Order: sequence, then C-alpha cells, then structure tokens
Amino acid sequence: MSFQIFLQHLVNGISLGSLYALLAIGYTMVYGILRLINFAHGDIFMLATYIAFYSITSFLLPWWAAFLIAIILTSAFGIILERAAYRPLRSSPRISIMISAIGASFLIENLGILIFGGRPKAFPIAPIFSHVVVIGNVSISVVTMIIPIVAAIALIILNYIINKTKTGMAMRAVSKDYDAAKLMGININYIISFTFAAGSAMAAIGGILWGLRYPQLIPLMGIMPGLKCFIAAVIGGIGNIKGAVLGGFILGIGEIAIVASSPALSGYRDAFAFVLLIVILLVKPTGLLGQNSAEKV
Amino acid sequence: MMRKKVIQSLLSIAAVIVLLIVLNSFLSSFQTRIFNLCGIYVILAISMNLINGFVGLFSLGHAGFMAVGAYTSALLTMSVQTKEMNFFLEPIAPWLLNVHLPFPIAIIIGGLMAALAGALIGAPVLRLNDDYLAIATLGFSEIIRVIFTNTQSLTNGALGLNALPNIGITGSPKEAIWWIWGIVIFTVVFMVLLINSTYGRAFKAIREDEIAAEAMGINLFKHKMMAFVIGSFFAGVGGALLGHLMGTIDPLLFRYLLTFNIVLIVVLGGIGSITGSVISAIVVTIAMEVLRVLDGVMHIGPLVITGIPGTRMVVFSLLLMVVILFYQRGLMGNKEFSFDWFKKMKSPFKTKKA
Amino acid sequence: MKRKLSLLLALVMVFSIVAIGCSGGQATTSGEPKEEVIKIGVFEPLTGANAAGGALEIEGIKLANEMYPTVLGKKVELVILDNKSDKVEAANAATRLVDQDKVPVVLGSWGSGLSIAAGAVYKEAGVPAIGTSCTNPLVTLNNDYYFRVCFIDPFQGNVMANYAFNQVKVKKVAFIIEKSNDYSVGLAKFFQDTFKELTGDQNSVVYTGYYNTGDQDFTAQLTGIKESGAEAIFAPGNFTESALIMKQAKELGITLPILGGDTWETPEVIDIAGGAAEGVVFSTFFDPNAKLTGETSKFLEAYSKKYGKEPAAVTALGYDAYILALNAIERAGKAEPQAIRDALAATKDFPGAAGTVTLDVNGDAVKSAVIKTVKGGKFTYLTTVEPIKK
Repeated sequence: MSFQIFLQHLVNGISLGSLYALLAIGYTMVYGILRLINFAHGDIFMLATYIAFYSITSFLLPWWAAFLIAIILTSAFGIILERAAYRPLRSSPRISIMISAIGASFLIENLGILIFGGRPKAFPIAPIFSHVVVIGNVSISVVTMIIPIVAAIALIILNYIINKTKTGMAMRAVSKDYDAAKLMGININYIISFTFAAGSAMAAIGGILWGLRYPQLIPLMGIMPGLKCFIAAVIGGIGNIKGAVLGGFILGIGEIAIVASSPALSGYRDAFAFVLLIVILLVKPTGLLGQNSAEKV
Repeated sequence: MMRKKVIQSLLSIAAVIVLLIVLNSFLSSFQTRIFNLCGIYVILAISMNLINGFVGLFSLGHAGFMAVGAYTSALLTMSVQTKEMNFFLEPIAPWLLNVHLPFPIAIIIGGLMAALAGALIGAPVLRLNDDYLAIATLGFSEIIRVIFTNTQSLTNGALGLNALPNIGITGSPKEAIWWIWGIVIFTVVFMVLLINSTYGRAFKAIREDEIAAEAMGINLFKHKMMAFVIGSFFAGVGGALLGHLMGTIDPLLFRYLLTFNIVLIVVLGGIGSITGSVISAIVVTIAMEVLRVLDGVMHIGPLVITGIPGTRMVVFSLLLMVVILFYQRGLMGNKEFSFDWFKKMKSPFKTKKA
Repeated sequence: MKRKLSLLLALVMVFSIVAIGCSGGQATTSGEPKEEVIKIGVFEPLTGANAAGGALEIEGIKLANEMYPTVLGKKVELVILDNKSDKVEAANAATRLVDQDKVPVVLGSWGSGLSIAAGAVYKEAGVPAIGTSCTNPLVTLNNDYYFRVCFIDPFQGNVMANYAFNQVKVKKVAFIIEKSNDYSVGLAKFFQDTFKELTGDQNSVVYTGYYNTGDQDFTAQLTGIKESGAEAIFAPGNFTESALIMKQAKELGITLPILGGDTWETPEVIDIAGGAAEGVVFSTFFDPNAKLTGETSKFLEAYSKKYGKEPAAVTALGYDAYILALNAIERAGKAEPQAIRDALAATKDFPGAAGTVTLDVNGDAVKSAVIKTVKGGKFTYLTTVEPIKK
C-alpha cells in the first residue's frame, strides 16, 4: 500500500468516524441520564434527513434554513418521543421501557415507509458541498472535510453546556444520582427533556451530514448506523461524551481498516462492530473511558 | 387434587389431538399452512418467554438461534442431489455433502446446535445486566447472519438453501401438522413442568430480585445459563421447523425483524405466562394474515378503499406500544390457564345474587 | 377483568379463523352469480425492499390487462397479492393464490428469492407460474411448473464479460459484490468465468470486494481498487447501493468504466448518483429503441398514452408475462392449470414486447439482451446482444 493510498484510507476513516461519533453522543447523553438504550435514536436521525429533504424539495428553502428547521423539529420530536413512550414507564421495570423503545423504533420506521414511501430518495446537495479537492493523489470532497469540523464544533458547544451552565450541572447531577438530584430540587422532567432535545439535535446534525455524504434516503436507513453508534458509545464508556467520540472514531477507522487490509474480509465488516462490542464488554465492561459504578441495591 | 390435575391435563391434550384430526381434514392447504405457522410461533414464543419472562433476561438473539437450528437441520436432511443443485456457484464442503439423516434426528441435532451456540454466547454475555445483554445478544444474532452470508461452501451464502424436504418422514404435506403440534404439546408440557420445578422457582426468584436470590443461595450464573440454553434449544427446533415448512431459507430471513415479531407475541401474551404466549402466538399469526387486507384494496359494501402498503406493520407496532404503555401485563400477566377458572367464573354471579 | 379480556381475545381468535375461512369462500360466491371470469394470480413485492421493482411490474401487468381484458370469451380478473419482499410471506401469498383464490396460472415475481420460495408451493399444487424478472437459474431448475419471460443470470454475466472484453477492451477487472444478494453473487461468478476464459488469464480479476445490503460507505473498497491496477469495475447489485458506489468512485477520482446488471435501470440511480452515473454500462431486458417485435410498438404506444413516459424494462416483462399467460390459456383451450402448463412448455417464438420468447427445457426464455449506458442524465440504448444458440 502506497503512502497516498494509506492517507486516502485514513481520510475515509476519519470522515466515517466523525459521523459515528456525532450519533454516539446522542446515545451516550440519554443513557447517562436515564440508563435507557434509546433504540429510536437511529430513527430520529432518519427523520432529520427526511425533514431536511422535504424542506428543500417541497418548500424550496435554502439549504441552511432547511438544516436549521430539521435540527429544531428533530429536537422537538425527541422531547415528544420521551414524553409519549418513555416518561409513563419511568418507574416500570427496565425490560418494559426497553420494549417501549423497540416498539417506538419500529413504529417510526413503519410510519416512515407509509408516509415517505419505501423507495429511496436522493438528498439534494448544494453545489458547494459536492466540490472535490485533490491533494497529491488524495481526493477529499468538501463534505468530507466539513464533517470532522462540524463534529468538533458541536462537541465544544456541548462540552460548554454540560460543564459551564446550570442546566449542564443539573444534568451531571441527575446522571450521578437520580434520586439525590430530585431531592436537591432539580426539575428532573425539564432536565430529561433537555437531554433528549440536545441528543436529538446531535442526531439531526449527524443525519444531515450523513445525507450530504451518502445522499440516499430510505425509511430504514437509521437502523444499522443506530446500532453501530450505540456500540461506539459502549466502547468509549457509556455516559461519557469524550468516550462516545473516541468510540465513534475507533469504529469508523476500524471498519475502513478491515476492508483496506483485506478485501476478502469486507463481507464481515458489519460483524466487526458487534465482535468489538462483545470483546469490550468482557474485558472492560465500563468501556475505555468509563468509570466503575457498583450495582446499587 | 394432584391426580385430578393430571387427568385434566391429559384430557385437554386428548382434546387438542381430536381438534387436530378434525382440522387436518377440514382446513385447506393455505389454512393448514397458517395453522402450522401458528404452532411454530407458539414454540418460539414459549422459548423466548422462558428467557425473557421467567428469568427476566432481556435477550434479543432469537433469530440467531433459529438460523443455527434451521441451517443444521436443512443441511442434514437434504439429499446429495438437492445439495449439488443448490451449491451450483461454489461447491459444498465435501464432508457435508454425503451427510444424510432422517428428519426427527435432524431437528433434534438442529436444536442441540442452537443450544451449543446458546452456551457459547451465554458464557460471556450472561454476566452482563439487562441493556448490555440485550444489545450483546442482538449483536450475536447479527454476527451469525453475517457469518452465514459469507461462508458460502457451508451455507451457500446469500443464495440460501432451497427445496428443503417436507416436515416428516414420508414427505407428505399432511404430516406436518402432527409433527409441529406434537412438538408444541411437548414444549408446553416440558415448560410447565420446568416452571413448576425447583429450577422454575429459582428462575422466578432471579427475575424478581437477583441480589436477594443470590443471597438465598441460588447460583445465578448456573440458572441463567440453563434457561438460556433450553430457550436456545427450542428456538433452534422452531427455526428448523420454519425452514422445512417454507422449503427455503437464506440469511436474510433471520433478521432482527423476526426477533421483533416474537417479542411482540410474548409482550402481547404477557411476559411470564405460557398460556398467554400460546394464545398470543396463534392470534398474532392469524391476524398478520387477516390484516393483509389493510395493504390491499378493501370492499366494504359499495365503498372501495385502497389501502396503503405497509399499514399492517404500523398497526402491529402501534399495538405493541399501546400494550406496553397502558396494559403492561399483556393478555395474561404472569397468570396461567387452569381448570379452576371455570369454577370461579360462575362464582361472581352467585355472590352478586347473594 | 383479566379473564374477560382473555375470553374476548379467544373470541377474536375464533372470529379471525372464521374470517380467513370465509375470505376464500366470499371470493367464489361473489363470483358465481356474475359472469364467469378467469383469474390470473399475481404475486409481487408491494412493500419492503423490493417494492420499487414490484410496482413497475404491476404497471405492465395492469396495462396488458386493460389492453387484453378477455380470453376464451371470458373476462380476466387479476388477483394481486403482496409478498412483502419476504420469503415467508411469498410462500404464504402463493399458497393463498392457489388455494383460496384457485387461480390456474400465476405471474411474478421481482426478486428470484421470492420466486424460489413460492416455486415449491406452485410445484406441489401443480399450478404453473410465469416469472417476470427473476433471473436466478434455480427458479426454474427442477421445477416443471415455473417458466419465465426473462433471460437468466449466466447469460447476463456472459454478455457483460464479452462486452467488457470486446467493446471496452479491458484485460483486468475489479469486482464489488453485494454479498448478501444472491443475484449479485451469481452474476459476478458468471462474469468472472467468462472473463477468465476470454482473457486466458486466471489473474484477470485483480480485486474482489464485498458489501452487505444497506451499506452506505464504499470508500475503502474503491480506494483499494484505485491501487489494484483494474481497468474496469463490475459492480452488480441493488440499485440503491450501486448509485452510492458510482458517486463515491467519482469523488475518489476513479475514472474507470463501471459495469453492472439489469437492476440499475431505475430513475433513482440517476437521481442519487447524479453526474457520477454518466457512462456506466449495464445489461437489461428491453429498450424502446431496440424495436424487437410488433408487440413492442403496441406496448410502447399504450404505455406512453397512459403514463406519458418511457417504460422500464421490467414493466415490459410484466406485460409479457401477462400476454404469454393469455396466449397459453388460448392454446390450451381451457383455464386449467395442467393444460396451461403444457401449453406454456411448448412456447416457441412468441412475440412479446421485450423480444421473442422461446422457452427451453428448463422453462427459461432464450432471448436477446440489451446493453445500455447513461448519457446526459438519461438511460441510452447502446446495442443488442443476440442469444447464444445451443
């Protein structure tokens, strides 16, 4: 493998890894607060791309306005989802809330097929994004360059909210000890809604970037990325935002590395994430950056 | 009292057998097919209920175990000629080509292979708690699917296996109903006995409170493993029957969607009730077929309503959400059918009068 | 409360058993008082992954039904069932067609796997089926009741390998195969066999990469191809993934010719891949410009009148399946499954919209293939390849 081909693979890996990282952040935030795998996260991501799609094609909005609307509507949808499907079950057994999450995910997917149709749609791309820059023998499209930058900006903003604002402090408190936070007068419902909104916004940003990179929309597009990004969050240490980013990159670069090192193995690519998950759970169940927390009685 | 129960149970099994004889002669082949599918879903639902309902382990790996069972049984029963026809792109591994076993032995081996897979995957993941377990088992079932897609000389990859022999020894399609429902009866009896044994009580104790159960001296891992392996065995048998009933299998059949269907059945029936799983499996399987009208054109008197394809699955997803949100215990909660019901049923009227 | 509910559900159950029982009965009773009809079963994917293909074929079948609504002096009634792109459902739908609706002949389906799953049912019931665009050899192999109006994958792989070698003049190719799709795996294998024979070079396939249905990132495979020394890429597979392959190849600066199979002929390929689809070459069944038979112009005229656009290849195949069924019923002289089967098996030089159909011993159509490319954002006819006479 020549150095330039290696660089090309690296660029591909970083671009894929950043997309995974953006989605994984949403998972990790929700899990950190509610201890719930939000199975519908991947479907929220799908919804965001469809909202952006219809804003551009049917309402003829400029792309930046469409993206903004998609992010806002998707956040609102995240809040509604939590109220409708998760809040009523907050005191129920874990298994019920998980089934509810799976049910919500299937409902959104099937409604998607009903409303948007099963045929793929082409995501409209503004010309500035599809430009390709060639450096040496390495080709990088503008989208590919934008993805890690947007991911980094989103991460910085999120980090600021969590560490420097009052809401962020409350989020951390709820995540550490749910009941104690409640006793301290923290408005739990508000914090959870806020977390869902922020997580969904991250999914929306990820979804739009995904659409720009892989401009093909189908109602089931969220399933695989959704599962993989949950795994990325677990690998990094669930509940830990930096861990989610790390996990996303490990997964993205790892997948590319498998195909790059041996094309014969490329058929096994989808299994990579799951194998990695099982290995991590056995070796370090708390994830790479996670902290140990003993089971409370 | 005990003896009376045994007699009642034997009587009800006899009643089921009479019903089967009647159904087998009256039902058309389409109806028989759906009825057989019901039976297979009963087996699958009960086996999932053992793991998810009685021990409280949220496992989403059912499709994977079914795939193992289905492929094993299919490869063991297919004739050399059928195998050669199937593997026309890449020849089958020579050691597998000449293996040929009768159907009953093949499905048992299918079940055992699934149980073995269950043991292999259970050893590492059963130490995890709920959500991790769910995603790890789901991951495992995806890994099985990816492996089956790629090992072309063993499984024929994406081409799948076609022309599987019919269920039974003679090859007559009329035989299927006996095998499937015979296994259903066996599964139900086995599960009822298991649940009412000391093991069964230990399972429920683990479900209610793991830490307390452990303090009482119950070996958590041993019991979880046991339930998981037994559940996998029956999942494998169910998968094998499904393959033979359809006559064709491929890796895509064993997607996560299949597991979802079984979760739906178990939740609707009541997590932790065998009776609930049986009723729910039959109702859901038939409803899936009946509600097909939603996707097509409906004629209600002079009205013609053109359905939108896909409505059926929305109905089922909604149903699952409604049940889990508003009627969490499902149809039966964790109650079981018993003949005492009939006595009780009269009593409310009596008390009202009095 | 719980007991009442369970009783209620038991009632629902009994009711639903009765309902499926009746649904078949109703169809026959409502048919009897009216004029006598001949039913033709259609099973196609209307939902699920293959819904797009199914819808196109139904278009053709319905159009043919409008143009030729009667046979043997009786009205033809189409019984259309959805097989949900799912094998279990396909087998269920097939059983329903032969058992509940008692159709004497069945048309469909898009997707070979679905046809194979249903094939066993038709064989057992002794009802003939006419495949529309299922190109896998296994559909008709060892099944005397399955026929088809399309050519099969070995022929298609052969055609594309010949085209790559003789027309594009390449000696080294790379494959990107959709591993979870039997169609893609098969086509690649047949292409490879022919291509190795043509070049006389066992190492003429320099790169073989795989992907799974639903994958969206192919940059790693394409980057690998970039340094493999391949002169062309053969990437048969589902059109959604293929469109992304074209797009990503262009982004990575790959200018090699990209070749594929009949699944590419859907407008979404051009929508999604955009300019990157320019110049890709694929084999397919039919093109309006390749005036194949007299029936072709009839079909084209009726289609453009009704839909105001050019038809897809599989729409022509749906149309052909229907008119072949009518022709066979006419030749048989009665609408009985066995008689129709025998008439079908004897089909020779039947003029269909997508070319002349002669069925060989396996029940496969021996017919010509069309090669197309994408030019100026449109599918453009390149050439016609005649069948190999055995």
